[in-house]
Amino acid sequence: MADYTSSELLTINAARLLRDGDRVFVGVGLPNLACNLARRTHAPNLLMIYEAGVIGAQPARLPLSIGDPTLVSGALAVCSMYDIFAFYLQRGNVDVGFMGGAQIDRFGNINATVIGDYAHPKVRLPGSGGSMEIAAWANRCYLLTPHSKRRFPEKLDFRTSAGFLGGRVERQAANLRGGGMLAVVTDLGIMEPDESGELMLTSLHPGATADQVRENTGWELKVASSLRTTLPPGDEELRILREDLDPQGIYLKGNAG
Amino acid sequence: MSKVIPLAEAVRQFVRDGDLVYAAGFTHLIPFAAGHEIIRQGKRELTLARATPDLVYDQMVAGGCARKVIFSYMGNPGVGSLRIVRSEIEAGRLEWEEYSHFGMISRLQAGATGLPFMPMNPTAAGDLEKVNPTYRTVKDPYSGGEVVVVPALKPDVAIVHVQRADADGNAQIWGIIGEQKEAAFAAERVILTAEEIVDETIIRSDPNRTLIPGFIVDAVCKVPFCAHPSYTQGYYDRDNNFYLKWDEISSNREATLAYLDEWVYGVKDRGEYWEKLGQEVHQRLSIESQPSAKVDYGKY
Repeated sequence: MADYTSSELLTINAARLLRDGDRVFVGVGLPNLACNLARRTHAPNLLMIYEAGVIGAQPARLPLSIGDPTLVSGALAVCSMYDIFAFYLQRGNVDVGFMGGAQIDRFGNINATVIGDYAHPKVRLPGSGGSMEIAAWANRCYLLTPHSKRRFPEKLDFRTSAGFLGGRVERQAANLRGGGMLAVVTDLGIMEPDESGELMLTSLHPGATADQVRENTGWELKVASSLRTTLPPGDEELRILREDLDPQGIYLKGNAG
Repeated sequence: MSKVIPLAEAVRQFVRDGDLVYAAGFTHLIPFAAGHEIIRQGKRELTLARATPDLVYDQMVAGGCARKVIFSYMGNPGVGSLRIVRSEIEAGRLEWEEYSHFGMISRLQAGATGLPFMPMNPTAAGDLEKVNPTYRTVKDPYSGGEVVVVPALKPDVAIVHVQRADADGNAQIWGIIGEQKEAAFAAERVILTAEEIVDETIIRSDPNRTLIPGFIVDAVCKVPFCAHPSYTQGYYDRDNNFYLKWDEISSNREATLAYLDEWVYGVKDRGEYWEKLGQEVHQRLSIESQPSAKVDYGKY
Protein backbone atom coordinates (compact mmCIF):
# COMPACT_ATOMS: atom_id res chain seq x y z
CA MET A 1 0.00 0.00 0.00
CA ALA A 2 1.30 3.40 -0.95
CA ASP A 3 2.44 5.82 1.70
CA TYR A 4 -0.14 8.53 1.15
CA THR A 5 -3.85 9.02 1.81
CA SER A 6 -6.46 9.27 -0.91
CA SER A 7 -7.04 12.90 0.12
CA GLU A 8 -3.37 13.63 -0.58
CA LEU A 9 -3.60 11.82 -3.90
CA LEU A 10 -6.65 13.87 -4.96
CA THR A 11 -5.10 17.14 -3.86
CA ILE A 12 -1.80 16.55 -5.63
CA ASN A 13 -3.49 15.54 -8.86
CA ALA A 14 -5.75 18.58 -8.70
CA ALA A 15 -2.75 20.84 -8.19
CA ARG A 16 -1.11 19.38 -11.30
CA LEU A 17 -4.12 20.47 -13.41
CA LEU A 18 -3.50 24.12 -12.58
CA ARG A 19 -1.34 26.37 -14.74
CA ASP A 20 0.79 29.29 -13.75
CA GLY A 21 -1.23 32.49 -13.95
CA ASP A 22 -4.61 30.75 -13.69
CA ARG A 23 -7.35 32.75 -11.98
CA VAL A 24 -9.03 30.07 -9.90
CA PHE A 25 -12.41 30.14 -8.16
CA VAL A 26 -11.45 28.18 -5.07
CA GLY A 27 -13.54 26.14 -2.68
CA VAL A 28 -12.53 25.23 0.84
CA GLY A 29 -11.02 21.88 1.73
CA LEU A 30 -9.02 19.97 -0.86
CA PRO A 31 -9.31 22.54 -3.72
CA ASN A 32 -7.92 25.20 -1.40
CA LEU A 33 -4.98 22.94 -0.55
CA ALA A 34 -4.49 22.08 -4.23
CA CYS A 35 -4.25 25.78 -5.16
CA ASN A 36 -1.80 26.51 -2.38
CA LEU A 37 0.29 23.51 -3.38
CA ALA A 38 0.33 24.65 -7.01
CA ARG A 39 1.39 28.14 -5.92
CA ARG A 40 4.32 26.67 -4.01
CA THR A 41 5.41 24.43 -6.88
CA HIS A 42 4.79 25.07 -10.58
CA ALA A 43 2.28 27.94 -10.48
CA PRO A 44 3.63 30.79 -8.31
CA ASN A 45 1.40 33.31 -10.10
CA LEU A 46 -1.86 31.50 -9.48
CA LEU A 47 -4.59 33.94 -8.42
CA MET A 48 -7.04 32.61 -5.85
CA ILE A 49 -10.58 34.00 -5.97
CA TYR A 50 -13.20 33.10 -3.35
CA GLU A 51 -16.92 33.40 -3.90
CA ALA A 52 -17.17 35.38 -0.67
CA GLY A 53 -15.72 38.23 -2.76
CA VAL A 54 -11.99 37.91 -2.14
CA ILE A 55 -9.50 38.24 -4.99
CA GLY A 56 -5.85 37.28 -4.69
CA ALA A 57 -6.10 35.71 -1.26
CA GLN A 58 -2.95 34.56 0.51
CA PRO A 59 -4.37 32.65 3.46
CA ALA A 60 -1.92 32.40 6.34
CA ARG A 61 -3.83 29.50 7.88
CA LEU A 62 -6.22 26.83 6.61
CA PRO A 63 -9.65 28.39 6.24
CA LEU A 64 -12.50 26.22 7.56
CA SER A 65 -15.12 28.23 5.71
CA ILE A 66 -15.18 30.02 2.39
CA GLY A 67 -15.54 33.32 4.23
CA ASP A 68 -12.68 33.02 6.71
CA PRO A 69 -11.06 36.32 7.79
CA THR A 70 -7.61 34.98 6.88
CA LEU A 71 -8.67 35.18 3.23
CA VAL A 72 -9.17 38.93 3.54
CA SER A 73 -6.03 40.04 5.38
CA GLY A 74 -3.36 40.51 2.74
CA ALA A 75 -5.67 39.93 -0.27
CA LEU A 76 -5.47 42.03 -3.42
CA ALA A 77 -9.11 43.05 -3.40
CA VAL A 78 -12.42 42.45 -1.67
CA CYS A 79 -15.76 43.07 -3.35
CA SER A 80 -19.45 42.39 -2.82
CA MET A 81 -21.13 39.10 -3.62
CA TYR A 82 -22.94 40.67 -6.57
CA ASP A 83 -19.62 41.94 -7.94
CA ILE A 84 -17.82 38.61 -7.62
CA PHE A 85 -20.54 36.80 -9.55
CA ALA A 86 -21.14 39.57 -12.11
CA PHE A 87 -17.82 41.35 -12.75
CA TYR A 88 -15.59 38.36 -12.18
CA LEU A 89 -17.50 35.18 -13.00
CA GLN A 90 -20.23 36.13 -15.48
CA ARG A 91 -17.94 38.58 -17.27
CA GLY A 92 -15.54 35.73 -18.01
CA ASN A 93 -12.65 36.61 -15.74
CA VAL A 94 -12.29 33.21 -14.11
CA ASP A 95 -10.13 30.48 -15.67
CA VAL A 96 -10.75 27.55 -13.37
CA GLY A 97 -13.63 26.49 -11.16
CA PHE A 98 -13.51 23.66 -8.65
CA MET A 99 -16.86 21.92 -8.34
CA GLY A 100 -18.37 19.67 -5.71
CA GLY A 101 -21.51 17.59 -5.73
CA ALA A 102 -23.27 14.51 -4.46
CA GLN A 103 -23.84 13.08 -7.93
CA ILE A 104 -21.97 13.45 -11.23
CA ASP A 105 -23.25 11.93 -14.46
CA ARG A 106 -21.40 10.70 -17.55
CA PHE A 107 -21.44 14.18 -19.12
CA GLY A 108 -20.05 15.85 -16.02
CA ASN A 109 -23.38 17.39 -14.99
CA ILE A 110 -23.73 17.84 -11.25
CA ASN A 111 -26.39 17.36 -8.60
CA ALA A 112 -25.80 19.37 -5.43
CA THR A 113 -29.46 19.89 -4.58
CA VAL A 114 -31.49 16.84 -3.62
CA ILE A 115 -31.64 13.05 -3.52
CA GLY A 116 -35.12 11.83 -4.37
CA ASP A 117 -38.03 14.01 -5.42
CA TYR A 118 -37.44 17.78 -5.21
CA ALA A 119 -40.77 18.57 -3.57
CA HIS A 120 -40.50 15.66 -1.11
CA PRO A 121 -36.77 15.19 -0.69
CA LYS A 122 -35.28 12.00 0.67
CA VAL A 123 -32.03 13.85 1.34
CA ARG A 124 -31.97 17.61 1.12
CA LEU A 125 -28.45 18.70 0.08
CA PRO A 126 -27.13 22.26 0.59
CA GLY A 127 -28.01 23.36 -2.96
CA SER A 128 -26.26 25.31 -5.70
CA GLY A 129 -24.45 28.07 -3.88
CA GLY A 130 -22.12 29.29 -6.61
CA SER A 131 -22.07 25.96 -8.43
CA MET A 132 -24.59 26.74 -11.18
CA GLU A 133 -22.71 29.82 -12.35
CA ILE A 134 -19.20 28.45 -11.88
CA ALA A 135 -20.07 25.45 -14.07
CA ALA A 136 -21.42 27.73 -16.78
CA TRP A 137 -18.90 30.54 -16.79
CA ALA A 138 -15.52 29.35 -15.56
CA ASN A 139 -13.29 28.44 -18.47
CA ARG A 140 -12.22 25.03 -17.12
CA CYS A 141 -14.03 23.02 -14.46
CA TYR A 142 -12.57 20.28 -12.32
CA LEU A 143 -14.11 18.06 -9.70
CA LEU A 144 -12.50 16.02 -6.92
CA THR A 145 -14.43 13.14 -5.41
CA PRO A 146 -14.09 9.62 -4.06
CA HIS A 147 -15.09 7.03 -6.65
CA SER A 148 -18.35 5.22 -5.96
CA LYS A 149 -21.48 4.07 -7.79
CA ARG A 150 -23.53 6.38 -5.59
CA ARG A 151 -21.49 9.39 -6.76
CA PHE A 152 -21.55 8.39 -10.42
CA PRO A 153 -25.15 7.28 -11.13
CA GLU A 154 -26.63 6.49 -14.52
CA LYS A 155 -29.06 9.37 -14.02
CA LEU A 156 -28.98 12.44 -11.75
CA ASP A 157 -31.87 13.05 -9.35
CA PHE A 158 -31.50 16.78 -10.09
CA ARG A 159 -29.31 18.73 -12.50
CA THR A 160 -27.97 21.65 -10.48
CA SER A 161 -25.03 22.58 -12.70
CA ALA A 162 -24.14 22.03 -16.31
CA GLY A 163 -21.33 19.83 -17.48
CA PHE A 164 -21.74 18.93 -21.13
CA LEU A 165 -25.56 18.62 -20.67
CA GLY A 166 -26.53 15.84 -23.12
CA GLY A 167 -23.16 16.05 -24.89
CA ARG A 168 -20.55 18.54 -26.08
CA VAL A 169 -22.77 19.77 -28.94
CA GLU A 170 -25.56 20.65 -26.53
CA ARG A 171 -23.23 22.64 -24.29
CA GLN A 172 -21.92 24.57 -27.27
CA ALA A 173 -25.46 25.34 -28.42
CA ALA A 174 -26.31 26.66 -24.96
CA ASN A 175 -23.66 29.39 -25.34
CA LEU A 176 -21.89 28.56 -22.11
CA ARG A 177 -18.36 29.75 -21.66
CA GLY A 178 -15.29 27.62 -21.77
CA GLY A 179 -14.51 23.96 -21.95
CA GLY A 180 -16.87 22.52 -19.34
CA MET A 181 -15.97 19.66 -17.01
CA LEU A 182 -12.41 18.90 -18.13
CA ALA A 183 -11.35 16.43 -15.46
CA VAL A 184 -12.87 14.44 -12.62
CA VAL A 185 -10.16 13.31 -10.24
CA THR A 186 -11.10 10.41 -7.98
CA ASP A 187 -9.20 8.19 -5.56
CA LEU A 188 -8.91 5.58 -8.33
CA GLY A 189 -8.02 7.61 -11.37
CA ILE A 190 -8.82 10.53 -13.64
CA MET A 191 -11.73 10.80 -16.05
CA GLU A 192 -11.71 13.28 -18.91
CA PRO A 193 -14.32 14.00 -21.59
CA ASP A 194 -14.04 12.31 -24.99
CA GLU A 195 -15.03 13.99 -28.24
CA SER A 196 -18.73 13.69 -27.42
CA GLY A 197 -18.23 15.10 -23.94
CA GLU A 198 -18.66 11.75 -22.18
CA LEU A 199 -16.33 11.11 -19.26
CA MET A 200 -13.79 8.42 -20.06
CA LEU A 201 -11.18 6.83 -17.81
CA THR A 202 -7.88 8.26 -19.04
CA SER A 203 -5.54 7.64 -16.13
CA LEU A 204 -5.30 5.10 -13.32
CA HIS A 205 -3.68 5.90 -10.02
CA PRO A 206 -0.90 3.52 -8.99
CA GLY A 207 -2.42 0.25 -7.73
CA ALA A 208 -5.93 0.82 -9.13
CA THR A 209 -7.38 -1.27 -11.97
CA ALA A 210 -9.80 -0.38 -14.75
CA ASP A 211 -12.17 -3.11 -13.52
CA GLN A 212 -12.22 -1.56 -10.09
CA VAL A 213 -13.13 1.82 -11.62
CA ARG A 214 -15.87 0.27 -13.79
CA GLU A 215 -17.35 -1.54 -10.80
CA ASN A 216 -17.60 1.76 -8.96
CA THR A 217 -19.21 3.70 -11.79
CA GLY A 218 -22.97 3.66 -12.37
CA TRP A 219 -22.78 3.73 -16.16
CA GLU A 220 -20.90 1.69 -18.72
CA LEU A 221 -17.62 3.60 -18.41
CA LYS A 222 -15.43 4.02 -21.48
CA VAL A 223 -11.72 3.42 -21.00
CA ALA A 224 -9.17 5.28 -23.11
CA SER A 225 -7.12 3.08 -25.46
CA SER A 226 -4.01 4.88 -24.26
CA LEU A 227 -4.72 4.51 -20.54
CA ARG A 228 -2.04 6.29 -18.50
CA THR A 229 -0.77 5.57 -15.01
CA THR A 230 -0.76 8.62 -12.78
CA LEU A 231 2.63 9.75 -11.61
CA PRO A 232 2.66 8.93 -7.88
CA PRO A 233 2.73 11.82 -5.41
CA GLY A 234 6.24 13.22 -5.20
CA ASP A 235 8.22 13.64 -1.98
CA GLU A 236 8.27 17.41 -2.32
CA GLU A 237 4.50 17.60 -2.98
CA LEU A 238 3.80 15.47 0.08
CA ARG A 239 6.24 17.44 2.21
CA ILE A 240 4.62 20.79 1.36
CA LEU A 241 1.15 19.41 2.04
CA ARG A 242 2.08 17.79 5.36
CA GLU A 243 4.53 20.28 6.77
CA ASP A 244 3.34 23.63 5.43
CA LEU A 245 -0.29 23.45 4.36
CA ASP A 246 -2.09 21.01 6.63
CA PRO A 247 0.30 20.18 9.48
CA GLN A 248 -2.57 19.02 11.70
CA GLY A 249 -3.93 16.77 8.99
CA ILE A 250 -7.39 18.31 9.14
CA TYR A 251 -8.15 17.59 5.49
CA LEU A 252 -5.39 15.21 4.47
CA LYS A 253 -5.13 12.63 7.21
CA GLY A 254 -8.22 10.72 6.24
CA ASN A 255 -9.26 9.14 3.03
CA ALA A 256 -11.51 11.29 0.87
CA GLY A 257 -15.11 10.63 1.77
CA MET B 1 -30.64 62.79 15.10
CA SER B 2 -29.66 59.83 17.23
CA LYS B 3 -31.30 56.52 16.38
CA VAL B 4 -29.42 54.65 19.07
CA ILE B 5 -31.69 52.29 20.99
CA PRO B 6 -31.17 48.93 22.70
CA LEU B 7 -31.35 45.91 20.37
CA ALA B 8 -34.34 44.47 22.24
CA GLU B 9 -36.22 47.70 21.63
CA ALA B 10 -35.26 47.73 17.93
CA VAL B 11 -36.49 44.16 17.44
CA ARG B 12 -39.72 44.94 19.32
CA GLN B 13 -40.35 48.00 17.17
CA PHE B 14 -39.17 46.93 13.73
CA VAL B 15 -39.57 43.14 13.44
CA ARG B 16 -43.19 42.03 13.14
CA ASP B 17 -44.77 38.60 13.00
CA GLY B 18 -45.03 37.46 9.40
CA ASP B 19 -42.23 39.74 8.17
CA LEU B 20 -39.77 38.87 5.42
CA VAL B 21 -36.47 39.23 7.28
CA TYR B 22 -33.00 39.48 5.72
CA ALA B 23 -30.23 39.17 8.30
CA ALA B 24 -27.22 39.94 6.12
CA GLY B 25 -23.63 38.74 6.02
CA PHE B 26 -21.80 36.17 3.92
CA THR B 27 -20.04 34.20 6.68
CA HIS B 28 -18.80 37.53 8.05
CA LEU B 29 -20.75 39.93 10.34
CA ILE B 30 -23.75 37.66 10.79
CA PRO B 31 -26.00 39.36 13.37
CA PHE B 32 -26.47 36.42 15.73
CA ALA B 33 -27.40 38.67 18.66
CA ALA B 34 -30.39 39.96 16.69
CA GLY B 35 -31.41 36.42 15.75
CA HIS B 36 -31.30 35.43 19.40
CA GLU B 37 -33.35 38.49 20.39
CA ILE B 38 -35.97 37.57 17.78
CA ILE B 39 -36.15 34.07 19.29
CA ARG B 40 -36.42 35.50 22.83
CA GLN B 41 -39.26 37.76 21.81
CA GLY B 42 -41.11 34.83 20.25
CA LYS B 43 -41.60 36.33 16.79
CA ARG B 44 -43.60 33.99 14.57
CA GLU B 45 -44.37 33.16 10.93
CA LEU B 46 -41.27 34.91 9.61
CA THR B 47 -39.90 34.32 6.13
CA LEU B 48 -36.16 34.12 6.62
CA ALA B 49 -34.07 35.08 3.59
CA ARG B 50 -30.28 34.75 3.39
CA ALA B 51 -27.93 33.46 0.70
CA THR B 52 -26.50 31.14 3.35
CA PRO B 53 -29.01 30.56 6.18
CA ASP B 54 -26.05 29.63 8.40
CA LEU B 55 -26.43 28.70 12.05
CA VAL B 56 -28.41 31.84 12.81
CA TYR B 57 -31.42 30.67 10.77
CA ASP B 58 -30.96 27.09 11.95
CA GLN B 59 -31.40 28.44 15.48
CA MET B 60 -34.33 30.68 14.56
CA VAL B 61 -36.08 27.77 12.85
CA ALA B 62 -35.41 25.65 15.95
CA GLY B 63 -36.87 28.50 18.01
CA GLY B 64 -40.12 28.28 16.05
CA CYS B 65 -39.83 31.71 14.42
CA ALA B 66 -40.02 30.71 10.76
CA ARG B 67 -42.69 29.74 8.29
CA LYS B 68 -40.39 29.75 5.27
CA VAL B 69 -36.73 30.07 4.24
CA ILE B 70 -35.33 31.59 1.06
CA PHE B 71 -31.73 30.61 0.37
CA SER B 72 -29.04 29.69 -2.13
CA TYR B 73 -26.73 27.50 -0.04
CA MET B 74 -28.21 25.68 2.92
CA GLY B 75 -25.13 24.26 4.59
CA ASN B 76 -23.04 24.71 7.72
CA PRO B 77 -20.11 26.43 5.95
CA GLY B 78 -17.02 24.24 5.99
CA VAL B 79 -18.73 21.64 8.19
CA GLY B 80 -21.60 20.04 6.30
CA SER B 81 -25.34 19.99 6.65
CA LEU B 82 -27.54 22.63 8.23
CA ARG B 83 -29.41 20.06 10.23
CA ILE B 84 -32.47 21.84 11.61
CA VAL B 85 -33.49 23.60 8.38
CA ARG B 86 -32.75 20.44 6.45
CA SER B 87 -34.77 18.13 8.68
CA GLU B 88 -37.72 20.55 8.80
CA ILE B 89 -37.72 20.71 4.99
CA GLU B 90 -37.43 16.92 4.70
CA ALA B 91 -40.30 16.53 7.16
CA GLY B 92 -42.44 18.92 5.12
CA ARG B 93 -42.80 21.36 8.01
CA LEU B 94 -40.94 24.31 6.49
CA GLU B 95 -41.58 26.03 3.17
CA TRP B 96 -38.58 26.94 1.08
CA GLU B 97 -37.64 28.89 -2.02
CA GLU B 98 -34.28 28.33 -3.58
CA TYR B 99 -31.83 30.08 -5.93
CA SER B 100 -28.19 29.91 -6.90
CA HIS B 101 -26.03 32.51 -5.17
CA PHE B 102 -26.14 34.74 -8.22
CA GLY B 103 -29.92 34.41 -8.48
CA MET B 104 -30.38 35.26 -4.81
CA ILE B 105 -28.03 38.19 -4.91
CA SER B 106 -29.53 39.46 -8.18
CA ARG B 107 -32.93 39.53 -6.47
CA LEU B 108 -31.47 41.77 -3.76
CA GLN B 109 -29.65 43.90 -6.32
CA ALA B 110 -32.98 44.55 -8.08
CA GLY B 111 -34.67 45.34 -4.77
CA ALA B 112 -31.84 47.65 -3.75
CA THR B 113 -31.76 49.59 -7.01
CA GLY B 114 -35.50 49.94 -7.51
CA LEU B 115 -35.64 47.69 -10.56
CA PRO B 116 -38.46 45.17 -11.08
CA PHE B 117 -36.05 42.33 -11.90
CA MET B 118 -32.45 41.53 -12.82
CA PRO B 119 -31.27 39.59 -15.86
CA MET B 120 -28.55 36.94 -15.82
CA ASN B 121 -26.94 34.90 -18.54
CA PRO B 122 -28.51 31.44 -18.72
CA THR B 123 -26.51 28.65 -17.10
CA ALA B 124 -28.35 25.90 -19.03
CA ALA B 125 -28.50 23.39 -16.15
CA GLY B 126 -32.21 24.04 -16.01
CA ASP B 127 -33.60 22.07 -13.08
CA LEU B 128 -33.57 24.86 -10.49
CA GLU B 129 -35.41 27.09 -12.95
CA LYS B 130 -37.99 24.33 -13.45
CA VAL B 131 -38.75 23.80 -9.76
CA ASN B 132 -38.74 27.49 -8.84
CA PRO B 133 -41.25 29.30 -11.10
CA THR B 134 -39.96 32.66 -9.84
CA TYR B 135 -37.12 32.18 -12.30
CA ARG B 136 -38.29 33.28 -15.74
CA THR B 137 -36.65 33.37 -19.14
CA VAL B 138 -37.24 36.40 -21.33
CA LYS B 139 -36.02 37.61 -24.71
CA ASP B 140 -33.14 40.07 -24.73
CA PRO B 141 -34.67 42.90 -26.81
CA TYR B 142 -31.27 43.83 -28.27
CA SER B 143 -29.69 40.55 -29.38
CA GLY B 144 -32.82 38.42 -29.54
CA GLY B 145 -31.14 35.86 -27.29
CA GLU B 146 -32.45 34.76 -23.93
CA VAL B 147 -31.77 35.97 -20.42
CA VAL B 148 -32.89 34.49 -17.13
CA VAL B 149 -34.57 36.95 -14.79
CA VAL B 150 -35.43 37.02 -11.10
CA PRO B 151 -37.75 39.53 -9.41
CA ALA B 152 -36.72 42.14 -6.85
CA LEU B 153 -36.47 40.90 -3.27
CA LYS B 154 -37.83 43.52 -0.89
CA PRO B 155 -37.45 42.45 2.73
CA ASP B 156 -39.72 44.05 5.32
CA VAL B 157 -36.70 44.37 7.53
CA ALA B 158 -32.96 43.98 7.04
CA ILE B 159 -30.59 43.44 9.93
CA VAL B 160 -27.02 44.44 9.24
CA HIS B 161 -24.04 44.21 11.54
CA VAL B 162 -21.12 46.60 10.98
CA GLN B 163 -17.76 47.45 12.50
CA ARG B 164 -18.69 51.05 13.23
CA ALA B 165 -21.51 53.50 12.75
CA ASP B 166 -22.39 56.95 14.00
CA ALA B 167 -25.55 57.61 15.97
CA ASP B 168 -27.47 58.43 12.78
CA GLY B 169 -26.57 55.05 11.22
CA ASN B 170 -23.89 56.04 8.73
CA ALA B 171 -22.12 52.72 8.70
CA GLN B 172 -18.67 51.49 7.71
CA ILE B 173 -17.77 47.90 6.89
CA TRP B 174 -14.54 46.28 5.83
CA GLY B 175 -13.57 42.69 5.13
CA ILE B 176 -16.07 40.52 3.29
CA ILE B 177 -18.89 42.88 2.35
CA GLY B 178 -21.23 40.17 1.02
CA GLU B 179 -24.69 41.63 0.53
CA GLN B 180 -24.98 44.08 3.42
CA LYS B 181 -25.38 47.19 1.29
CA GLU B 182 -27.88 45.50 -1.02
CA ALA B 183 -29.96 44.13 1.87
CA ALA B 184 -30.10 47.54 3.54
CA PHE B 185 -31.15 49.39 0.38
CA ALA B 186 -33.67 46.69 -0.58
CA ALA B 187 -35.46 46.60 2.77
CA GLU B 188 -38.37 48.67 4.03
CA ARG B 189 -36.84 48.97 7.52
CA VAL B 190 -33.19 48.65 8.58
CA ILE B 191 -31.83 47.64 11.97
CA LEU B 192 -28.14 48.32 12.29
CA THR B 193 -26.02 46.64 14.94
CA ALA B 194 -22.49 47.93 15.44
CA GLU B 195 -19.38 46.85 17.30
CA GLU B 196 -18.79 50.52 18.01
CA ILE B 197 -20.78 53.71 17.84
CA VAL B 198 -18.35 56.43 16.77
CA ASP B 199 -18.48 60.15 16.31
CA GLU B 200 -19.57 61.42 12.90
CA THR B 201 -16.08 62.89 12.40
CA ILE B 202 -14.61 59.36 12.35
CA ILE B 203 -17.05 58.38 9.59
CA ARG B 204 -16.27 61.57 7.67
CA SER B 205 -12.52 60.90 7.92
CA ASP B 206 -12.92 57.90 5.60
CA PRO B 207 -16.08 58.32 3.49
CA ASN B 208 -15.18 55.63 0.93
CA ARG B 209 -15.68 53.03 3.62
CA THR B 210 -19.28 54.02 4.29
CA LEU B 211 -21.51 51.39 2.68
CA ILE B 212 -24.78 52.37 4.29
CA PRO B 213 -25.98 55.97 4.65
CA GLY B 214 -27.79 56.86 7.86
CA PHE B 215 -30.92 58.07 6.11
CA ILE B 216 -32.02 54.51 5.21
CA VAL B 217 -31.43 53.25 8.76
CA ASP B 218 -34.20 53.06 11.38
CA ALA B 219 -32.36 51.87 14.47
CA VAL B 220 -28.73 51.84 15.55
CA CYS B 221 -27.81 49.38 18.29
CA LYS B 222 -24.47 49.11 20.01
CA VAL B 223 -23.85 45.37 20.23
CA PRO B 224 -20.21 44.35 20.74
CA PHE B 225 -19.56 40.71 19.75
CA CYS B 226 -22.94 40.64 17.99
CA ALA B 227 -21.62 38.30 15.33
CA HIS B 228 -20.29 35.42 17.46
CA PRO B 229 -19.90 32.55 16.43
CA SER B 230 -19.50 34.40 13.11
CA TYR B 231 -16.87 37.14 13.27
CA THR B 232 -16.09 40.80 12.79
CA GLN B 233 -12.99 41.46 10.70
CA GLY B 234 -10.33 43.17 12.77
CA TYR B 235 -12.31 42.69 16.02
CA TYR B 236 -12.55 38.95 16.73
CA ASP B 237 -12.13 35.64 14.96
CA ARG B 238 -14.72 33.20 13.69
CA ASP B 239 -15.48 30.53 16.28
CA ASN B 240 -14.90 27.52 14.04
CA ASN B 241 -15.07 25.23 17.07
CA PHE B 242 -18.65 26.29 17.66
CA TYR B 243 -19.57 25.71 14.01
CA LEU B 244 -18.27 22.16 14.45
CA LYS B 245 -20.00 21.78 17.82
CA TRP B 246 -23.35 22.95 16.39
CA ASP B 247 -23.19 19.99 14.04
CA GLU B 248 -23.45 17.75 17.12
CA ILE B 249 -25.92 19.89 19.06
CA SER B 250 -28.29 20.25 16.13
CA SER B 251 -28.32 16.51 15.40
CA ASN B 252 -30.36 16.00 18.57
CA ARG B 253 -33.61 17.81 19.39
CA GLU B 254 -33.11 17.77 23.18
CA ALA B 255 -29.59 19.14 22.85
CA THR B 256 -30.85 21.87 20.51
CA LEU B 257 -33.60 22.95 22.90
CA ALA B 258 -31.16 22.79 25.81
CA TYR B 259 -28.81 25.05 23.85
CA LEU B 260 -31.59 27.59 23.23
CA ASP B 261 -32.58 27.42 26.89
CA GLU B 262 -29.08 28.07 28.10
CA TRP B 263 -27.68 30.47 25.51
CA VAL B 264 -30.73 32.32 24.18
CA TYR B 265 -33.59 32.27 26.73
CA GLY B 266 -31.13 31.94 29.61
CA VAL B 267 -29.35 35.25 28.99
CA LYS B 268 -30.87 38.70 28.80
CA ASP B 269 -28.70 40.14 26.06
CA ARG B 270 -25.47 39.81 24.13
CA GLY B 271 -23.42 41.31 26.95
CA GLU B 272 -24.47 38.51 29.26
CA TYR B 273 -23.95 35.92 26.51
CA TRP B 274 -20.40 37.09 25.85
CA GLU B 275 -19.61 37.16 29.57
CA LYS B 276 -20.97 33.61 29.89
CA LEU B 277 -18.72 32.36 27.04
CA GLY B 278 -15.82 33.00 29.39
CA GLN B 279 -12.12 33.73 29.28
CA GLU B 280 -11.06 30.71 27.25
CA VAL B 281 -13.32 31.63 24.33
CA HIS B 282 -12.47 35.34 24.57
CA GLN B 283 -8.79 34.52 24.35
CA ARG B 284 -9.16 31.97 21.60
CA LEU B 285 -11.06 34.49 19.43
CA SER B 286 -8.85 37.49 20.09
CA ILE B 287 -6.66 38.54 17.19
CA GLU B 288 -3.53 40.53 16.54
CA SER B 289 -3.73 43.91 14.88
CA GLN B 290 -2.87 44.36 11.20
CA PRO B 291 -3.90 47.89 10.14
CA SER B 292 -4.01 49.11 6.55
CA ALA B 293 -1.70 51.82 5.31
CA LYS B 294 -3.32 55.21 5.80
CA VAL B 295 -4.95 56.90 2.83
CA ASP B 296 -4.78 60.65 2.43
CA TYR B 297 -7.96 62.33 1.20
CA GLY B 298 -6.21 65.71 1.11
CA LYS B 299 -7.43 69.00 2.54
CA TYR B 300 -9.45 71.10 0.08
